[in-house]
Amino acid sequence: MSTNEPDHGGSDVAVHDGDLPARFENPGLPEHKHRLTDTDPKAARRAEKQVALLFVLSIVGTLVMIVGYFAVKMDHGLGFLDYLDRLALSNQILGIGMAVSLLGIGVGAVHWAKTLMPDEERIDYRHLQRGTDEERADAVEMLNTGVEESGFARRPLIRNTLIGAMALFPLPGIILFRDTGPLPEKVLTETFWKAGDRLTLDPEGGPIKASDMVLGAVAHVMPEGIEEAEHVLNEKAKAAVLLIRLEEDQLAPESLDGAYGGIVAYSKICTHMGCPVALYEQRTHHLLCPCHQSTFDLTQNCKVIFGPAKRALPQLPITVDDEGYLVAAAPFGEPVGPSYWERS
Amino acid sequence: MSALAARRRHPLATALIVVLGLLVTGVAYAAVMPSTADASTSTASADDIEEGRKLFLANCSTCHGIDAEGRNEAPSLIGVGAASVDFQVGTGRMPLAMSGPQAPEAPVRLSDEQTSQLSAYVASLGAGPAIPSEEAIDPAQGDVSKGAMVFRTNCAMCHNAAGSRGALTRGKFAPPLTDVEPKYIYEAMVTGPQSMPVFPDQTITPDQKRDVIAFLSTINEAPDPGGMSLGRLGPVTEGLVAWVLGLTVLIGFAVWLGAKSS
Amino acid sequence: MSTTSPLEKAGATTGNWLDERVGASKVVKGFSRKIFPDHWSFMLGEVALYSFVILLLSGTFLTFWFVPSAGETTYTGPYAPLAGQHVSEAFNSTLHLSFEVRGGLLMRQIHHWAALVFVVSIIVHMFRIFFTGAFRKPRELNWVIGMLLAILALIEGFLGYSMIDDLLSGNGLRIAQAIVLGIPVVGSYVSFFLFGGEFPGEAFVPRFFVLHVLLIPAIMLMLITIHLILVVVHKHTQYPGPGRTNNNVVGFPLFPIYTAKAGGFFFIVFGVIALMGALFQINPVWIYGPYDPSPIGAGAQPDFYMGFLDGAVRIMPGFVEFEIFGHTVSPNIFIPTLVVPGLMVTPALLYPWIEQWITGDKREHHLLDRPRNAPTRTALGVMAITLYVLLWISGGNDIVATHLHLSINDITYFMRVGVFVLPALAYVITKRICIGLQRKDREKVLHGRETGRVFRTEEGEVFELHAPLSAHDRWLLVGFDAPEPAQALSATDAAGVRRPGGRLEKLRQKISKFYFEDRVAPVTPAELASAHHHGDHEEVTAGEGSKPAVGSGH
Repeated sequence: MSTNEPDHGGSDVAVHDGDLPARFENPGLPEHKHRLTDTDPKAARRAEKQVALLFVLSIVGTLVMIVGYFAVKMDHGLGFLDYLDRLALSNQILGIGMAVSLLGIGVGAVHWAKTLMPDEERIDYRHLQRGTDEERADAVEMLNTGVEESGFARRPLIRNTLIGAMALFPLPGIILFRDTGPLPEKVLTETFWKAGDRLTLDPEGGPIKASDMVLGAVAHVMPEGIEEAEHVLNEKAKAAVLLIRLEEDQLAPESLDGAYGGIVAYSKICTHMGCPVALYEQRTHHLLCPCHQSTFDLTQNCKVIFGPAKRALPQLPITVDDEGYLVAAAPFGEPVGPSYWERS
Repeated sequence: MSALAARRRHPLATALIVVLGLLVTGVAYAAVMPSTADASTSTASADDIEEGRKLFLANCSTCHGIDAEGRNEAPSLIGVGAASVDFQVGTGRMPLAMSGPQAPEAPVRLSDEQTSQLSAYVASLGAGPAIPSEEAIDPAQGDVSKGAMVFRTNCAMCHNAAGSRGALTRGKFAPPLTDVEPKYIYEAMVTGPQSMPVFPDQTITPDQKRDVIAFLSTINEAPDPGGMSLGRLGPVTEGLVAWVLGLTVLIGFAVWLGAKSS
Repeated sequence: MSTTSPLEKAGATTGNWLDERVGASKVVKGFSRKIFPDHWSFMLGEVALYSFVILLLSGTFLTFWFVPSAGETTYTGPYAPLAGQHVSEAFNSTLHLSFEVRGGLLMRQIHHWAALVFVVSIIVHMFRIFFTGAFRKPRELNWVIGMLLAILALIEGFLGYSMIDDLLSGNGLRIAQAIVLGIPVVGSYVSFFLFGGEFPGEAFVPRFFVLHVLLIPAIMLMLITIHLILVVVHKHTQYPGPGRTNNNVVGFPLFPIYTAKAGGFFFIVFGVIALMGALFQINPVWIYGPYDPSPIGAGAQPDFYMGFLDGAVRIMPGFVEFEIFGHTVSPNIFIPTLVVPGLMVTPALLYPWIEQWITGDKREHHLLDRPRNAPTRTALGVMAITLYVLLWISGGNDIVATHLHLSINDITYFMRVGVFVLPALAYVITKRICIGLQRKDREKVLHGRETGRVFRTEEGEVFELHAPLSAHDRWLLVGFDAPEPAQALSATDAAGVRRPGGRLEKLRQKISKFYFEDRVAPVTPAELASAHHHGDHEEVTAGEGSKPAVGSGH
């Protein structure tokens, strides 16, 4: 092929007027230069010693690791901080021992190859990937013979039914995965919250009185009894709520219905990708999601004012029960958390 | 109990109850009250309050108003309590050196005595959280594991799981908690300085606050068993180390390997 | 063999045994003197290969203790801040193997660092391939296999750190689930099948475990095997230089030199990663705590290789979400997480064929390009790197904000524009630099190397003496191909018949012009002769007036 230029030797192109070639030509490999270790036996001897030293270093590293393993014991009787110190020591001794052991071999081997093994460059020749025309013709011939012998072309009934069978047989392999999970049904639209559920503190679990929430206070709450749910984490992933107290006149009119004396409860699950929108800035009344910085304005009924989220955080309407504890007045009015196709 | 019940009608019972009641109140006052509302107003002397007022007029009134009523960006200081002043002034955040998205920690500009005088004055303006007692902030008395759980739900989202700091909106940030005195951690929780919300004793009890302090002092003291902590900032710094250090060292070896020996 | 030592004897016996059973002599004959060229950049792929081996070794160690179950248990180990807390078996066993198994923490850290080095080296290796044109025929398939391996590496890493069930990865997993949930029409079904119901459920840990330790590594191992077989079949590419041509390969034999060098390099890579495991703490899950959907830590980031996706999500404005016929469509989720990576990967995957189509060059290429000699390709590559880096920075915008005292909002606004403008700028600048370097190469060929010696004429003119290049030095600067833009063919052929595919051909010409119109051609012997002629001295010098026109494409 045209790319495979002839492999010229070291001829340079003479600069004369007249018949100059269109391109320079490859001058060929430069003359080999000997290394110090090739010419000076002392240098070679030195390199040999260096390589051996590196291998010895590796042995030392291995020994350090073995001794360290048995000498540094993880003793449960130690205090917490001492235990961590011991662990750090163990990790460092084992790791450094291992690194020295490995690097000794690696650096030694490479140094050996570089200084003492022959460094004269050798040449291999390449061949085109494609076969010769003859080989190709033979291959085609063989394939044709095979096709002919099988009767694949001559017996369309066999061919077509085989294609049909091959197309269908993987189907059960897909269907078998049907039971990897239930269908979504309506569960994405429901949370653990029911009307009358007390708001309890996350993680320790006591109910909260409206009077407990001073101005500017924030509490992370869960519905009462969620710890007894069948799938606690699944329920928590939808039911997490942030409770905040502001001045009543700072709230948007549409959030007042679900508020109780300036106390509002909003879903903590981001409407973008479901992270907990837990960062509340008391002065600006903004809620910030730490995952993608969607920002929600509490004074605008948790409307999105920045970031990749689109929908406002759903509000959980709250009120108080006879004993003055905060309770949900109703479940969420819409699905919480990230968007999905069936959500309307 | 029955013996006690039988003597309830004894003439001395009333007197005993009164004495007991007074005693309990006194002890409780000493133990609990310093960490709750309006205690500091009564413990400070009138001189302190007067000195505090002068300090206030000199250092604070330009922004917060002559009567601490607040104006524009500067909030009213009536009812913020001694804890708030102790936190803001004691950590150098106030008096504000220059305006920015938030008042950062800075060199402290008032002496301890001046700070307590100023605290006394502001506390006298209206009831608010007081400076916590030594006992309320003693890490040794806290439960580290419980503190970790409270911290994870209430604090980590802003300050980071290891208290290494975190970003808020528009240039504001939650400062690192790695080198903060327990007193200030407590005061910040009860007063909610700047962007931080308030965590009243009803939602995070004083015991839980002490647990959080215990947790923070534990993880701040705790060595990183795996080696250098990389700021305990998570995958971003780890990625940088892999790229900058790991790759550079490996390429260094590769260059050496590929280079001709002299 | 006049004298044979016992060792040689044993070797001969073993060799004989093997040869008579598996024909070992043919294997040795065929492979031991295969030639590999020396260059540091050829070791990048080996870093990836060796990291993979280290991942297999350290990962196997970890499986002896890791319990792939989301079942609840109580932590009773030595880490006091978690004492008595409810955690999953997976999290518990990770803490156990980190804190109580000697060497367990080291192995975990080696495993995680090796994973990062694996992805880093894959990325750098692929850009080496790209910038030097090593993907060209006959290596297109290996380029595709490499791309697939890179994608699998990302998935494999994500599965690995997610199944620990800590708070940081749990929130990452929540995001992954939201991405799946956001796929139009089928999202919620796919999510329910993947997680065995609602998020998080208990199914994901054992499922991810099997995918992470069995299925994906097996696929990767298979692809890596094919990748390496193809390297042997094609023989390694080499950089241009005197004596190196398209039909030879100049270097050192597999045995003994590359056995020592590459074998030694495996130990070096392992040693460096072990050192990282010893000195730098990585993924301290005990600090993050167990996963619970309610809490979260500030600085919630994925591992770096997922960072560019997270960054794309962060800078995506939310207003694009809409509702239609009672359905919610979330382009704010699927554009950055599915469309953007698709747009980044697909052209990269197809690039060998795209370039082949533009140049019309169907020849085999075994000599690498110097990046400057393919300015448009190099500029496109730098453009891609710029985009990737910007997205990664966006993914860490909170860390950037706190550490450089910037506003997170400003960074986001900047990046929303920056991801379009800065890559384009990088393209232009890179192309200018490449062409500048090519021109400098031409200067050097035509007027020799600067010697640093200054020569002053009697008239007061100052020259720097230039020494002519040797043929060997010159070859590197002139021995490359500079394709010319595809010639505009008339829409009809010589016989006046309309050419088929005329419109596609026009597009090809346009792109070809975009690629090659400002090409800098290598110096020809004639140009050099004429430059010498113009020089006033036999000693070739470059005076002010003798600047030659750059042989640009017409």
